[in-house]
Amino acid sequence: MNTTVAVPEPRSALRKLAWVLPVALLLLIAPFVVDPFQTLTLTYGLIAAIGALGFNLLLGYTGLLSFGHSAFFGAGAYTAAFMFKYLKVASMELFLAGSVLVSAIISILFGYVCVRYTRIFFGILTLALSQVLWSLAFKFFWVTGGSDGLRVPTPSLLGVPPSKDTMDFIAFRYYYYVLGAFVICTLLMWVVVHSPFGKALQAIRDNEIRAEFIGIRIRRYRLIAFVISGIFTGVAGALWAPLNGLASPDILIWTFSGEIVFMTVLGGFRTFVGPIIGAIAFTYLKTYAVGFTVYWQLLLGTVLVVLVLALPTGIMGAVERIAAKLKKAR
Amino acid sequence: MAVFVIHILNALLYSSVLFLIAGGLSLIYGVMRILNLAHGNLYALGAFVTAWAISLALASGAPIAVLIVLLPAGALAAALAGAVIERTLLRPFYKRPEEYQLLMTFGLLMILEDLIRLAFGPNPLSATTVYAAFGSISIGGDRYPAYNLVIIAVGVVAAIFLWAFIYRTRFGVLLRATSQDKRMASALGVNVNRIYIQAFTLGCFMAGLGGAIVVPSQSAVLGMGVDALVLAFIVVVIGGLGSLEGALAGALIVGVVRELGITLFPEIELAVLYLIAAFVLLVRPAGLFGRA
Repeated sequence: MNTTVAVPEPRSALRKLAWVLPVALLLLIAPFVVDPFQTLTLTYGLIAAIGALGFNLLLGYTGLLSFGHSAFFGAGAYTAAFMFKYLKVASMELFLAGSVLVSAIISILFGYVCVRYTRIFFGILTLALSQVLWSLAFKFFWVTGGSDGLRVPTPSLLGVPPSKDTMDFIAFRYYYYVLGAFVICTLLMWVVVHSPFGKALQAIRDNEIRAEFIGIRIRRYRLIAFVISGIFTGVAGALWAPLNGLASPDILIWTFSGEIVFMTVLGGFRTFVGPIIGAIAFTYLKTYAVGFTVYWQLLLGTVLVVLVLALPTGIMGAVERIAAKLKKAR
Repeated sequence: MAVFVIHILNALLYSSVLFLIAGGLSLIYGVMRILNLAHGNLYALGAFVTAWAISLALASGAPIAVLIVLLPAGALAAALAGAVIERTLLRPFYKRPEEYQLLMTFGLLMILEDLIRLAFGPNPLSATTVYAAFGSISIGGDRYPAYNLVIIAVGVVAAIFLWAFIYRTRFGVLLRATSQDKRMASALGVNVNRIYIQAFTLGCFMAGLGGAIVVPSQSAVLGMGVDALVLAFIVVVIGGLGSLEGALAGALIVGVVRELGITLFPEIELAVLYLIAAFVLLVRPAGLFGRA
């Protein structure tokens, strides 16, 4: 994939900060302003954003389209469920630690196989491997609960046990917990993509052969990117599980990977914030589409087709284009 | 011995259907370099249309011969859908990176999934009358449904017909030329756009045929397309994307492993299939019959 990377001007860092502050403020006061349902949807959106950020390290920065990220999301969610069921653990920090470990192991295994390939073969291979996990979760029902899945309770947060009032817990405490995790993940990802390592990934994406000639060890870099990507998506899965209350094979099946791709492209995979915006927009879109009609897939599919036909750079691309036009008009 | 024969027949039955689906998928990829994620939905469309047509004919009291004649209705519907999809939605994408084509077909998958639900309702449709009409044969004392042999026969005939079509006709030559070097074929006067729409239609016809012949033996249910697609992926990955011989070999391997799996290791049957696919990709990235 040939993409041109805009070299950031020093001025733009300040301008970006001017955007970040009001958004951060809005996110902070959100639970007090909007009703709990909106907060819940926003929480789902922020969790999806963490997953999409991880996914985009591969698609946007390394140029690899994975169709198997449901594996890591599911691994994160099932790790939380297993830890509760078999180890009687109900602490969010331990859930997160466990799912980082498990998704790291799985992404090392999968990555080792997958990064030998690029383009369509990479996509199929990630898909096939993620379906191994799905079929195991589906068939070993006495361990995994089969198609019913496993229950995940509301855990203690930072050692404080969950309050009796579940609504209050989800709409306030859990929201802020997820917001905190989201901020940390976003900062971490920002550091990763702006580090020399991140630049090397972009070099590989733009021209593999040149990157190799400079001395970048392509396969190793791709593997590291794959593992980081998997861990981020695994963390998202772990955060998602207690909120959903259930880890089920629905999040391991390959069409769920397709949804992760969808949200990233919706936001625009060529920018850093694209996947975040796309994930939140997709979550709202899906929530309302599902509530509005049983034919929500038709609606979302049409959005995707129109998006790919008319707006391949996503929401961020459209915003940038409009901004550029306004500038020219001035 | 009889049990063994029945196992073999079951494996062949399964391979036949898989070959029809995966062969179409592979043909489309081989010629157009498009991996059609909505391919399974065309298989489902074939099943639904045939089941619908047969139940309609049954309601009007048509004799069994008419029902059998109606079987290919699903294949024609899928072919028609394919022609429309290629012309309207895929053609703008040939010059774009393949990631976009994949996304486009994923969007199509979601759309078709719901269009089928919209058109045929959420309940399963079946055409068991045809299945029952063929009766059963006796294999070493065990009764075996004769319709299964029809499915196997259709699979075999389709494979022979396709082989003859691609290696023994003028259209086949053009198809192979386009597949090998699109630009050169175009420079030599081949109408590549026409080849593309023909190849895509043919591929969809095969998927629809798979659905159409399978529906008397099992009902058409929502979600059958998505399940079938993943199995077709395994077949083409093992055999080699874009190769018809590969699709045949892959379908046979998957059919046999699946039949073995169902009797010997039912829990990990699917996992084993995925792992075989992953293993083949590791050892021979282009698949058993693929060109690198």
